[in-house]
This record gives sequence, C-alpha cells and structure tokens, in this order.
Amino acid sequence: MKQSRFIRNIWLGIENLLLHKLRSFLTMLGVVFGVGSVVAMLAVGEGASKEALNQIQKLGSNNIIVSSIKSIEEESSSTQHSHMSIYGLTYLDHERISEGFKNIRKVAPAKLIRKESRLGSNTLELRIVGTTQEWFELVPRQILAGRVYNKKEDLESSAVTVLTEYGARKLLATRNTIGQTIKIGGDYFEVIGIIKSESGQAGNIQIPDQQIDAYIPLSTVRQYYGDIFSKRTAGSRTRELVELHQIIVQVDKTENVVQTAAGIERMLQSFHEKKDYEVNVPLALLKQAEATKRTFNIVLGSIASISLLVGGIGIMNIMLASVTERTREIGIRRAIGAKRKQIIIQFLIETVVLSTLGGIVGLALGIAIPCIITYFAKMPTVITVESILLPFFISVGVGIVFGLYPAASAAKVDPIVALRHE
Amino acid sequence: MNIIRFDNIHKTYEMGTQQVKALNGVNVSFAKGSFWAIMGPSGSGKSTMMNILGCLDRPTSGQYFLEDQDVSLLNDDSLSDIRLKYVGFIFQSFNLIPQLTVQRNIELPLYYLGLDAEESRKQAKEMALKVGLGDRLNHRPSELSGGQMQRVAIARALAGEPHIILADEPTGNLDSSTGEQIMDLLAELNSEGKTIIMITHEPNIAAYAKNRLHMKDGFIDSIEEN
Ligand SMILES: Nc1ncnc2c1ncn2[C@@H]1O[C@H](COP(=O)(O)OP(=O)(O)OP(=O)(O)O)[C@@H](O)[C@H]1O
Ligand SMILES: [Mg+2]
Repeated sequence: MKQSRFIRNIWLGIENLLLHKLRSFLTMLGVVFGVGSVVAMLAVGEGASKEALNQIQKLGSNNIIVSSIKSIEEESSSTQHSHMSIYGLTYLDHERISEGFKNIRKVAPAKLIRKESRLGSNTLELRIVGTTQEWFELVPRQILAGRVYNKKEDLESSAVTVLTEYGARKLLATRNTIGQTIKIGGDYFEVIGIIKSESGQAGNIQIPDQQIDAYIPLSTVRQYYGDIFSKRTAGSRTRELVELHQIIVQVDKTENVVQTAAGIERMLQSFHEKKDYEVNVPLALLKQAEATKRTFNIVLGSIASISLLVGGIGIMNIMLASVTERTREIGIRRAIGAKRKQIIIQFLIETVVLSTLGGIVGLALGIAIPCIITYFAKMPTVITVESILLPFFISVGVGIVFGLYPAASAAKVDPIVALRHE
Repeated sequence: MNIIRFDNIHKTYEMGTQQVKALNGVNVSFAKGSFWAIMGPSGSGKSTMMNILGCLDRPTSGQYFLEDQDVSLLNDDSLSDIRLKYVGFIFQSFNLIPQLTVQRNIELPLYYLGLDAEESRKQAKEMALKVGLGDRLNHRPSELSGGQMQRVAIARALAGEPHIILADEPTGNLDSSTGEQIMDLLAELNSEGKTIIMITHEPNIAAYAKNRLHMKDGFIDSIEEN
C-alpha cells in the first residue's frame, strides 16, 4: 500500500515532466553527460590500471629484476672513436647473488645478443637471449610446441635453441620446424621448442618477449660468441663489453622481496665502482601502480563532481523557474489541503526522477563509449559494478541535493498570495 | 448547532509602518446546514473573513471554533488537515490546475486524503456525474466553458466530502444564466446538508442563500437570519 503510493508519486512526477518534454530533456543533459563521462573515464582508467597490473604480474610478484645500465660517464665517453664500453653485471655478480642470500630460491642470468640467422631460405637478424634453464621457471611462458632446454643441455653448452612465438613468426617457423637446424651467426643450432610471447613491461622494468626471437643456453652463447659486442653506427665503430644484461631473482616469500632487493643493491654497490646496474622490484611497482590508480581516481572523482555539480545546478535552475511558473498550482494544492511536506515531496520527486533518468541515460552513454574505444582504439576498458552503481547513486543524490532548495521554496509559498498569482 | 463560531476575530495586516485592519472584532456563528451570503463593499473584509473561515489564514487575535474545536492556534500542518477534511473551496477564477484533466483535478483532494488510485477514480467520476460533466472527464480545463470549469471546481470541492463549502464570488466570472445554474447546484448541495458560505455582490445571487450577512470596514454591519 505504502509502496504503491510511492510508485504513484513517481508516475505523477514523470507525467508532469512529460508535459515539457524538451525542457525536461535539456535539463537532464547535464546529468547525462556528467554520469556518462564518469562511467567512461572510470572504465578507461580501470582498463589502463588492470593492464598495468597484468604486466607487472607477468614479471612475477616474487621476482627481483637486476639490469645492466650504461652509467652516465660511460654514456658520454662511448661516442669516442674505437672506445670500448665495459659496464654492467658480471658472471661474478650472478654467482654472488645465487650464493649470498638465503631467501633467494632461483636466479636466472640473461645475456642479449643480435645475430644474423638463417632458417631454410629466410635470413634475418635475430635478437637472442642467452640464459639458463631457470629463466623458463622464473618467467613462465606457455610452450606452444616442443620443449625448453634442460639443465644438462645448459651445462654441456648444447647447440639448441627455443624460439619465441614472435621469432617463429618472423622466420616462418611452424610446429614442423622442431628438430630442424637453424644457422645463428656461423653456427648451427637445433630448434627444440616454440614458446608464447608475452610482453611483460611495467615502469622501466621490462622482459620484452616481443622483442626476443630466440633463447640459447647461456654457456653456449659465451662459448660461441664471447662477451664483446661491436656495432657500426654512422661510420664509427663502438664496442661494448657486457657480461650479463639481466639477472632475474626469485625470492621465497613475498614478504622478503623488498628486503632482499635492498640486500642485492647493497652487495652490488660494494663491488661496482659505478652505478651501472639497477635493481627493480615488480612488487614495488605493483604498489606504485595502486597508488597511481588511487590518484587517478581522485582526479576523476573531482572532474566527475564538477560535471555533476554543473548538471545539478542546471536542474536546480529549471526547477526554481518551474516553481515560480507553478505558484498558482502550489496555492491550489495547499488550499485543497496539501501539507508543506507533500509539496516538497512532489517537487523533489520531479528532480530526482529527472536526475535519475539522466543518470540512466548517462550510464548507457558511459558504457557505450568505452566499448567504442575498445573497438576502434584497441584500448582495454573495464566496466566494474562500482563504476556503474556509484555514478547512479550520485545522480539520485544530485536530484535530492539540488531539488531540495526549489522544493523548499515551493513549500514556502503562501497559499493566499499564490491563489491570486497570475 | 453551530458549525462555525467567530469570537472577537481581528485580522491586521502590517504594511511596513502602516496597519490595515481588515477584520475588526467579528463575532458570528453559522449553524450546521445553513446557507449564507456575505455581502458588502469592496475592501470590507469579506475575503479576509473567508480565508480565516477556510483555515487558509490565521486571525491576529480572537478565537475561531470549527465544529467545537478551537482552530485559531493550530499549526500549518493541522490547518492543512482541516482544509482537506472539512472545507471545500470554490473561487471566482475557478483555480483548476491547467495541465491536469478534469478527472485529475477532481481527484486532487482524494489523492491527499490517501485514497488508492482505483477508489479515487471511481469517486471522481461520481462527482463529475453529479455536477453534470460525466462526459468531460478527460478534457483539460482550457477546453471547457466558464460554467463547466466552475462545475469541475464544485466537483473537486465536494470530492473530499467536506461539511462546509466556501465560495468567494462563485458567479463573478459567469454570465447571469450560467451563474443561476451554478447557484441551483449550490442550493441543491445545501438541501443535501452542506453548510455553504458564499461571498457575492449581486443581490439576485445572494437571494439563493437563506441568510445574509453585510460587512463594512471589517465589522459586521447587519445580519438577516431566517
Ligand atoms: N495580504 C494583504 N496585505 C495587506 N492588506 C491586505 C491583504 N489582504 C487584504 N488586505 C486589505 O484588507 C482589506 C480587506 O480586504 P479583503 O480582500 O478582505 O476585501 P473584500 O471585502 O474581499 O473586497 P472585494 O470585494 O474587493 O474582494 C482591504 O483593505 C485590503 O486592502
Ligand atoms: Mg474579496
């Protein structure tokens, strides 16, 4: 009984709004765009942060990534003719890290090289990672065909290689390529597997699978190609000596990650004269990403509040005009016996219906926009339950807040004066 | 038995520093089921008296008993309740809500009385039939003649089954023959037991009432009671 009266009041409100369709529609637009932009922005923001989190998780939340970097001094002297840059992580660093920390479970060293390669009739420059078998455990990737190399092949410097999905595509390698021979530099390797490419990138840490074409046991790389890498650029010849480009460390427990990373940093500091390494913790980035997301949400929230404020003021403005226009109606209702409260409710329902309807239309708009963005810009967007419910309830709230003043001024109308109002 | 009793009612309007004494100590009683015409020159306080009678306004001083209840000091909500349950207003300018249909206009008091939609529709239809507008329920006021609009207003005043009908120059905007039809309707309502108090300037309209009251400068000048 009570509820049916509530629904009846809402219908009366809708009927009244329908008397001025264009006006009601225009009044609604403020909330439509307010809510629409909030939902759309939240979806885009959520999509971006989810992508970031995904990337970070691909790097492994228990992992520490130690990378070689060119120190600033090296950077400036490397332009000199026939200068050889020597920097970065060493095999000794790898050993020290592997043995020096009780919380470390696994360590995988990585060396990046580029070599002219040939498979069948395709010749291409490949980007190759020389690493131990641990790599595949620390950065697990789905095996698409064949297998990855094992400890024995690792230790024996076997001439085997695992292609990435990306590298395989470049070389036109397929499932049938497994077991075939590929020429890398001047040497022949057996292709034993193909693994899925995934780009794990977050902040300045990256394990760019998409840019890696093949994996070879580290000992094989050392034995075949050595540590010096030379490059010809614009007539000058630069040479670099980098033993290891990256060391990936897996810690036993998430709680120990930060502390272990600090330990590695301290250890490296004592052995390296220059700061030619970098210690990164995906977990820290995870926390940073969460903080960024919070900031992002605050900014979005502010923009949203402003647009909803504007929408609300629009509603209030029209409702105040409507109260003036309907003064006589208010007088009549009061003379018949309507209480002030009932006049307030009547006007409040109209504003809430207006803003809620605006909220619903805005929601539809806010859901459509991210879908269009995802479709055309291939940008991930995520619509969460909260990103729908929050703007919706806010639009109801806007109706109440901005409807209260016009409704109260309607109720204050003196019936005797109102009845004489033209 | 008196349905209405005014005991030394004063109404003073403050206009800045000036005071307008619209009612100046009115003592009067109206019996249940009586039919009164209130007459008097313009500005004599007739409408002021009517507003207080109808609980739209409160006296500055004095006591007003409605059905033996002192209503002079009631708050706004209680006065609204009294208007809703005891009083039906009829105005010179009809005062229908233009965007609502005849049906909806008549339903208004029923809506505030809390009747459900089904019941209100039924009663409103009954009232429309009573005033001879059974075929105009879905029209808007703008599509009706003056006489028809006043009939709708009467139907609306009757819908809540009030004991008292207050009419401020109900025929003021109507031609004489339409005015007479409206008066016939009011006389019929009076014969059914409603107490009717009506303001008019026209003696032939006042003649429909059984009792007449003349106002002058906020006082009761004379009373003709039968
Ligand atoms: N709201 C008000 N504020 C100030 N003065 C008022 C107000 N309402 C009425 N008055 C004054 O009170 C006096 C009585 O007014 P009222 O409307 O009762 O007269 P009336 O008898 O109904 O006149 P008419 O026949 O012209 O309708 C008048 O002098 C009028 O100016
Ligand atoms: Mg008057």
